[in-house]
Amino acid sequence: MDLSLTTRQEGNHTVVVVGGEIDVYTAPKLREQLIDLVSGGSYNLVVDMEGVEFLDSTGLGVLVGGLKRVRAHDGSLHLVCTQERILKIFRITGLTKVFPIHSSVEDALAANE
Amino acid sequence: MPTVELRFAALNGHVRTARMIATAVSRRAGVPVGATDEIKLAVTEACARAVRVNRRHAPQAPVHVALTETPDTFTVTVADRGQAGDEVAPGPDGGLVTASTLLDLEPESTAPPWWSEPADDDPAADSAGFPPGLGLALIEGLVDEVQISRGADGIGTVVAMTWHTGAVVPPSVPAL
Repeated sequence: MDLSLTTRQEGNHTVVVVGGEIDVYTAPKLREQLIDLVSGGSYNLVVDMEGVEFLDSTGLGVLVGGLKRVRAHDGSLHLVCTQERILKIFRITGLTKVFPIHSSVEDALAANE
Repeated sequence: MPTVELRFAALNGHVRTARMIATAVSRRAGVPVGATDEIKLAVTEACARAVRVNRRHAPQAPVHVALTETPDTFTVTVADRGQAGDEVAPGPDGGLVTASTLLDLEPESTAPPWWSEPADDDPAADSAGFPPGLGLALIEGLVDEVQISRGADGIGTVVAMTWHTGAVVPPSVPAL
């Protein structure tokens, strides 16, 4: 399955809903989306990963790149993920210390009010 | 002899194919369902690394994947044709460094050096300044056994990843 991306506005946050597989081949598409959002002035991002079936280190790199970009504008990047197989990758790398990870978009938005 | 062998051109688009084949063969080999996600990620990391290494040193050379099952193990080897030691970050004990150590995200660290660098706008740089070797470091956390060796003819690196598929050995019980 390829990567799917949709975005919507929730107050002053932009929610990016990601589905499918984020790997070395598809990650550039997510990278472009995050760069476009930041270039367009969206500095508070919530990336909803509940529909993600696979994530590799390239995908992690893209998320870290996105986080660096929004931070350069005093923004934020929150993740929504409850899937154990995806969370495990964040734990193995220690990146759970870098990303705020929430169990729902509502929680992510509330946490960043 | 490997159960299934695969050679693919060093292109990122083929990494998914290798992942799907490894997943299908591992299921047939009776690998526990819980290990399938680990195999998918480890094979992806190993193949993506091999693609990068080949593209740097031997862009025309294919990446070679061999999937081998025995009654107790499932082994995936991924071989590149690059320079020995490329994208291999050895740990202090001669084994592989762990991902969290490599990223300097151990509990005592505060701001890892890669972290403070601004985001790179080079479209080819999707690693966000991650140190080379992260792929193998991740594999170290996913696999029961991992061995790194030189290619048989002295060229390239072979990453051999083994999962134990046999019956789980019960904890030793004192004899009555």
